[in-house]
Amino acid sequence: MWKAKIIVTYKPGILDPEAKTIQHALGSLGYGNIQDITAGRFFELSLDAGLSQAAAEAQTREICEKILSNPVIQKYSYELSETVL
Amino acid sequence: MKFGIVVFPGSNCDHDTYHVIRKVLGADVFYIWHKETSLRLFDAIILPGGFSYGDYLRVGAVARFSPVMKEIVQYAKEGGPVLGICNGFQILLESGLLPGALIPNEKMRFLCQDVHLKVTNHATRYSKQYTEGQILRMPIAHYSGNYFADDDTLKRLQDQERIALQYCDAEGNVTAAANPNGSKLNIAGIYNEYKNVLGMMPHPERAAEAVLGSEDGLGMFKSLLERN
Repeated sequence: MWKAKIIVTYKPGILDPEAKTIQHALGSLGYGNIQDITAGRFFELSLDAGLSQAAAEAQTREICEKILSNPVIQKYSYELSETVL
Repeated sequence: MKFGIVVFPGSNCDHDTYHVIRKVLGADVFYIWHKETSLRLFDAIILPGGFSYGDYLRVGAVARFSPVMKEIVQYAKEGGPVLGICNGFQILLESGLLPGALIPNEKMRFLCQDVHLKVTNHATRYSKQYTEGQILRMPIAHYSGNYFADDDTLKRLQDQERIALQYCDAEGNVTAAANPNGSKLNIAGIYNEYKNVLGMMPHPERAAEAVLGSEDGLGMFKSLLERN
């Protein structure tokens, strides 16, 4: 079975209100040295073992571009690994 | 003229919009379940506000794949009028009928308040009941109304007079202080290239009767009616 671990974050240059709020909260807790924070979404897809690695990657990318991320504001990265049950 | 209001799982302004069109304007209006695939009967389509699919993943991201959306994209491409209000605007952006995106409000807070809006373009089928620069008062009610687009897109929206409404103060000044949610250029609503598609965050259907405090939103529905 293939496992795709996907992370979706805002593109650089887009102010993420959630990350800014967390940074502000950390500052008031005394962690004033935190220079920057990225917040995002994490997804894990399990794909059936019948796929080749290339096909599993192609499908992961398609899903990321079509629905898991909005390319206008977000970027994604993924790691694909083969797991043995 | 027949209006159609699309109902997604989680739409919650569909009945308000229906009420305004049928009871206040006396026009024909029908609900369209999101699994419908024929829109031929309708002269204008409205995507109402709400929380389609619980706003899961991103606002509008799941509704955009409802069966009816394929037809709406086609309907819009053939010049049919499509108005997206609040969550409807978010769905239009996700579907690619309008450019840009709506991200969470700058201050991470759900905003439920009246705002002032400047009618930036009064010559479209949605705005001809208004005068140039007219100031409207309508409510907003959203968590993700912070309009974002890259600089090239913003310039194109300006050059092609596609900004429909901007947040302003009571005197009509478009200022940072009058921007409730952090939207670029104080944008509250935009048109597509041919101005048959309009997406907006404020709720005209909640400002269509004097008893509710404002009738400023009624002009939008009246403008649409006037055409047909």
